[in-house]
Amino acid sequence: MGDWLEQNGALLGLALLDGIASAALIFMVAVGLNLVFGVLRVLNVAHGSLFAIGAYAAASIGLFAASAGLPGWASLLALLLAAMLVGLVLGPLIEQLLLRRVYGEEPVLQLLVTFALFMILEDAQKLVWGVQPVSFSVPVSLMGTVDVPFGTDVIPYNTYQVVLLPAVAVVTLVGLALFLRRTLTGRVILAVTTDREAATAMGIDARRVYLLTFTFGAMLAALGGALSTPTASLVPGIGASTIVLSFAVVATAGLGQIEGAALTALMIGIGRSVAVTFAPELEVVVPYIIMVAVLLVRPQGLFGVVETRRV
Amino acid sequence: MTLPRIELLLALLGAAAMVLAAMATPWMKFVLTIALAKGIAVLGIMLLLRAGQVSFGHALYVALGAYAVAFLAPALPDAALLLPAAALVTTIAGTIIGLFVSRYREIFFGMLNLALSMVFYSMLEKFYHYTKGTDGIRVPSLGVAGLQLDRVTYEWTVFGTALALAFCFGLFARVYLASPMGQALAAIKTRETRLDFMGVSSRNVLLAAYVLSAMMAGCAGALIAMTSRHVTPLLSYWTASGELVFIAILGGAGGVLGPFLGAVAYELVRVYAAATVADMWQMILGAVLLLVILFARGGIWGLVSVRLQRRRTA
Repeated sequence: MGDWLEQNGALLGLALLDGIASAALIFMVAVGLNLVFGVLRVLNVAHGSLFAIGAYAAASIGLFAASAGLPGWASLLALLLAAMLVGLVLGPLIEQLLLRRVYGEEPVLQLLVTFALFMILEDAQKLVWGVQPVSFSVPVSLMGTVDVPFGTDVIPYNTYQVVLLPAVAVVTLVGLALFLRRTLTGRVILAVTTDREAATAMGIDARRVYLLTFTFGAMLAALGGALSTPTASLVPGIGASTIVLSFAVVATAGLGQIEGAALTALMIGIGRSVAVTFAPELEVVVPYIIMVAVLLVRPQGLFGVVETRRV
Repeated sequence: MTLPRIELLLALLGAAAMVLAAMATPWMKFVLTIALAKGIAVLGIMLLLRAGQVSFGHALYVALGAYAVAFLAPALPDAALLLPAAALVTTIAGTIIGLFVSRYREIFFGMLNLALSMVFYSMLEKFYHYTKGTDGIRVPSLGVAGLQLDRVTYEWTVFGTALALAFCFGLFARVYLASPMGQALAAIKTRETRLDFMGVSSRNVLLAAYVLSAMMAGCAGALIAMTSRHVTPLLSYWTASGELVFIAILGGAGGVLGPFLGAVAYELVRVYAAATVADMWQMILGAVLLLVILFARGGIWGLVSVRLQRRRTA
């Protein structure tokens, strides 16, 4: 073990850093999926498409900003702007036109509706941005690299992925927890999550809460996408792989668990990047092995609560 | 005439119409064989829909059946042996995966199936050494029950097999749905806990339907491999699963004719339209799916059976 660590230490360190960076992105998507499910009780299969559209929009806005001769820091703003734009436009549109019609319907129907939306958005994205890879890496080169000490080694790693991404994820996690527990709007959302009927009886407009939550969730997905843009080359299909991966995180953590999702994202992110480094052919399988292993022991997920069954 | 009788009559008429169409235009034979194969797979999806469950990953079994044929064909170049072999492989896989997914309902059931099919897709793509990756595998020409047939006879044989299988599976599904097992399946949708209180294991009821649906999808995959003679990982991509769900909803989950009506309508439209609107195909499917869900929940069969019943009461 000692020998192995000495030889592969730097590699392992690199894998861990990769893992943390990708965990931050997965978390952003999974937490939105979880939040929307918690409040609306609808699993949005099209959540991955919002991630993809956020990513493409960020690339477009970023490239436009660069061609307009705006300074480098503007590219970071472009990422944020893209996420806000996608969330604010598509979020209310989807909630008002589509989801509103199927609240309280059978779960199968709700799943089918969001799945249909997923099919539509995947092609819409291809129509707008084409099938050629799109990339936009200004923010990464802008922020340079940082030396991360790992045991006896020092690993130079780009600041964007190792500092900015985890920072955004942590801010999201803490901010969301504070927002939900300390502010009035947050508490209203929690009230609707816990018991919609009781909350409505107290005079809470559940429909407004739904709209707000869905828009916010869409923004989180788009932000995850926008943040992934600088380090990934965008191709069709990222929407599908994102929804599947973030569902794996959500399922492993337990549906509706926010802090749990952060921990699970870290677990799955690192598990995957270690696999990429040491057993590349297992890369895609590792998240699901983790998920299946957890679900076999705890069907409700690591942090989930068993729901009581109604007769 | 009662509705079941009419259903049977319609099935026979439909079969006759398909044979005529296949005789009139040779390329229709190919299209209809694929449509029938997909109809068989969709029949399995319909069984699960009866239990209120939807699988977004059944293309996994279609692809598994197709790859089973492609892998075994060099050693066992006979369609009459390959079809049961593919059914066996998918039954085993369906049982193993079913033991896991039958613990879950609704969201988890649908998404776990999706996740597993995507894993299978990536594996088909990644393990180039065995699967030839995205290039796919060519299926060599096959004999049937020891006979070496010429191309046209072979195509007719596969078409005939697909039609016969569709008929048998359709009849079987009707008997199954009317049986206590099938009734219990519908009870999972209405109120599962009561089923458990009666001493019926809802998990086993769902597992049985799941294994059946996997086997049907496997047979469909085998037929597709035998017809198109080429298998690629795309068979298990999520869009393929989405297609099956789409056909199930389009055709309607109310009767066993629904899946086949849906599959034939879908394949015919696809032949004409898919080439001209290739970039928007998924988008159109999604939009139609939304319209059917929101405005015509019974699908094509729902519309047909309402007409028929109205005529009977009138």
